[in-house]
Amino acid sequence: MDLVTISSNLLFVSFVAYLVATLFFGGAIKKSKTEKAYHNSKWGTIGLVITIIGFLSHLGYFITRWAASGHAPLSNMFEFTTAFGMMLVGAFIMLYIIYRTPSLGLFALPVAIIIISYATMFPTEVTPLIPALQSKWLFIHVITTVIGESILAISAIAGLVFLVKNIDLTKKSKSRFWIEAVMYTLVLVLGFVVSSTTFNVMNYEAEFTYIDKDQAPAEITYHIPPLFGMNEYEAMTPEKMTPWVELPPIINAQKLSSLVWSIAIGSVLYVLLRLIARKPLAAVFQPLAKKANSQLMDEIGYRAVLIGFPVFTLGALIFAMIWAHEAWSRFWGWDPKEVWALITWLFYAAFLHLRLSKGWEGKKSAWLAVIGFVIIMFNLIAVNLIIAGLHSYA
Amino acid sequence: MSKIKCQCGHENPYGTELCEKCGRPLSEKAKKSDIVDMRYEGSSRRSQTYKSSIVDKIWNFFSSVKIGVSIIAAVLIASAIGTIFPQKFYVPATTPEGYLEYYERLYGTVGKLYYELGFYDMYNSWWFKVLVGMLATSIIIASIDRVIPLYKSLKKQRTRRHPSFMKRQRIFGEGDVRNTKESLAKAEEKLKAMRYNVKTENGAILAEKNRFSRWGPYVNHVGLIIFISGVLLRGIPGFYVDEAMWLREGETRNIVGAPGYVLENKKFTLENYTKEEAEEVFGEALDKNGMIAKSYTTDVTLYKQDEGALPGSESLKKVKDYAINVNKPLKFDGYNVFQMDYKLDELKNMTFHLVNKSSEESLGEFTVNLSDPAKVYDLGNGSTVNMLGFYPDYDGIKDGEPYSKSPVPNNPAFIFQMNTPDKPEGEKSFVAIRQTLEVEENDYAIKFAAAETRNISGLTIRKDKTLYILLLGGLVFMIGVIQGMYWQHRRVWIQEDTEGHLLIAAHTNKNWFSLRKELDTLRETADLPAYIDRQDPELDKPEQEGDEEIWT
Ligand code: HEM
Repeated sequence: MDLVTISSNLLFVSFVAYLVATLFFGGAIKKSKTEKAYHNSKWGTIGLVITIIGFLSHLGYFITRWAASGHAPLSNMFEFTTAFGMMLVGAFIMLYIIYRTPSLGLFALPVAIIIISYATMFPTEVTPLIPALQSKWLFIHVITTVIGESILAISAIAGLVFLVKNIDLTKKSKSRFWIEAVMYTLVLVLGFVVSSTTFNVMNYEAEFTYIDKDQAPAEITYHIPPLFGMNEYEAMTPEKMTPWVELPPIINAQKLSSLVWSIAIGSVLYVLLRLIARKPLAAVFQPLAKKANSQLMDEIGYRAVLIGFPVFTLGALIFAMIWAHEAWSRFWGWDPKEVWALITWLFYAAFLHLRLSKGWEGKKSAWLAVIGFVIIMFNLIAVNLIIAGLHSYA
Repeated sequence: MSKIKCQCGHENPYGTELCEKCGRPLSEKAKKSDIVDMRYEGSSRRSQTYKSSIVDKIWNFFSSVKIGVSIIAAVLIASAIGTIFPQKFYVPATTPEGYLEYYERLYGTVGKLYYELGFYDMYNSWWFKVLVGMLATSIIIASIDRVIPLYKSLKKQRTRRHPSFMKRQRIFGEGDVRNTKESLAKAEEKLKAMRYNVKTENGAILAEKNRFSRWGPYVNHVGLIIFISGVLLRGIPGFYVDEAMWLREGETRNIVGAPGYVLENKKFTLENYTKEEAEEVFGEALDKNGMIAKSYTTDVTLYKQDEGALPGSESLKKVKDYAINVNKPLKFDGYNVFQMDYKLDELKNMTFHLVNKSSEESLGEFTVNLSDPAKVYDLGNGSTVNMLGFYPDYDGIKDGEPYSKSPVPNNPAFIFQMNTPDKPEGEKSFVAIRQTLEVEENDYAIKFAAAETRNISGLTIRKDKTLYILLLGGLVFMIGVIQGMYWQHRRVWIQEDTEGHLLIAAHTNKNWFSLRKELDTLRETADLPAYIDRQDPELDKPEQEGDEEIWT
């Protein structure tokens, strides 16, 4: 076996480990009446051990892939997102050691699993580095940012536990609507994974020529049935599906098609889950969150921001500026990705001020943490895919 | 304004809520509240005390965190709007009409509006700068408003606090223990082991740790202000140079923006990843993407002009040879020269034959140096070619004349006059790539023979004296956030009151759960009264699953 194969096997092992660990955490919570009891539960200890094994295997993936390619595996969407999943688990383990809390794992690991699945939908082959990326600062900048972001993400997960526990799901309310919207969004990511995998397995390909936004001819290959056509498209493989509508040149119709497929399939999945559960998904998880102590979840959420914010600042702003200065000759260029890092940073600064000075604790703080995670994800996914700049990996 | 004298005898500044020394509530508000506001120790802050003059009003405006957060939010939203469409500097246009046309063509009416509102150049707009200025003002004023009184009251605090202060703490407990003296002694010992600074005063303990973390926010705000000042300094000449130049292979030119320095471009190389060196690892990626660039390198020699040499005189001293790479700029005397761009295969020379059309016999050849063409080419056998016109970037005929759209030889065209022994009065011919035009039928023609090309490097020259200021700002900011966020300022008060009960109270600026864990550990060693956390509603409901017995 060559290193690349070993590396992807290790990733698979960690994926399975996280799945199994989730089951153990779930079992532990079901079995013990209280959080305190859980601390002594064998199930929980096993869950943690399996999580750590998964994390080590994940680290193994990272190191072997690094050895194989000769550069830190942080240079494309697959590698970046996988590392994000890894660090999320790492951050969870760290906070678990500080607070020994069970419920967090039950929510953190599934999110990590969804993130890793999402990552594997991108091209996974090892690519050589273009000149701009050949810098030690790239590695330092990206790894620090990923660690910071994943610690911040834990605060959103603690917030989620807090909200699922404390929102009254029996009565109609704005909070109930939004917490269910969060659940729905998570299912949509699964929808993306399911739709990409399905068409991938079917080996679907449809080719088109089109006119791009600089009025030059270009070509594109869809790997999903084209719901939308590019500007002035012409089908090269006419036996495949004809797009419903043609879109103006500023919109990437291929990506939009893929988005709509994900939403469609995700929605079907969501409806199925609702039919099986016969209640909102948040209500399905509520009994599991009920055993968590709200104060504790609130504090973990805050603590995660306190730990993550300096790390994020260092990675996403300071190291980013140093690298940008070496590679692009300016430390700041108002590139969309940079601007969104700044927005994330400003957002968490506002969060900290509101909490410290305005006493925004509990629900308000939990919602802010969830919104912060949405901004991080927006920067990771949407800015890369929609607003392409210097950093666009795809 | 008059001082406020507390019952304990201490004189507090006007506006104080809690006595700096003993903690007795002084204001009506503090007396009425169940839990006192401990954020700034109930000290007298200017913004809470003086409200009448215009200076007070401005001060109070900027020192409010609500306003501060609103300014942060405004910067955040403006930044986000700036990413909806590409910013000015990413748009291939130079004139206002060009920009308008671009945004309107691609984004329709919304794009037009985006341009007209100035959002297309968001980060250089005056109001974005005003927002950043307000942010800085707010940071400075809010910090000064708080840090001074906070410092004073933390310094003056006394070990024994008044019971009314203890009772108004969020964490408070009261009760009788078997042996007060022993409890206090054990608590003191344990608190010391937990790395608290412990002070005692006949039957009262004040244990305090990590007070320094309270200064964290102010340190990080200083860092931010240093950073913002660094950015402002770039406006001052001499602090900041940002120029670009194209340097052709073989050319030696003065470096733009760096007087006295001269750069020679010896060679530009573009290297791609090859299948062989990449082996199996990158094979798949190369198949998929075609070529992937590996390096862009310009081999240069840097020269310095002699001091006092006349401009134009060739008195260059070689400084060094260097290979400029992406991520590896050439550095000298505070300047950085970066590899930013390139153009391959620009035409350098073109060689032509003069031929007799009927016999196809050549009368000789000549070479035109496209960056410095000669007027006359003597072919030596009585024939000469005169260049009447040179159009380096020929783009058709405009107003009856050939037209060059730039001075770059992308598509050179020429008008030649061929003087031969047969036709001494000369024949005229227009020659462009793959095209020859004649006014009337000629006997002779100019035929293209060969061309020589060269590469061009696009270099950026930077000098940035502010970088160290920015770096310092970043460093100070990091020290501040770590100081303020990785440690918490905790205090525990234990004392025996006049009736012989033991009182315990505790305060932290954040992370109350962790403080309670510490108190629980403390209570395992020392016999102390049980306490309550008056802001944890779940504690009042001990029947709640999972919460009982965790910390009492
Ligand atoms: C982007 C700008 C800013 C950043 C990054 C920033 C950063 C911070 C940080 C990290 C803290 C510590 C928070 C904690 O420990 O939980 C803090 C505290 C604070 N900041 Fe800012 N700040 C900014 C702007 C402002 C502004 C505009 C104001 C003006 C009102 C302000 C006023 C304060 C105050 C009053 C505190 C609390 C200090 C204390 O209670 O001891 N900050 N800031």
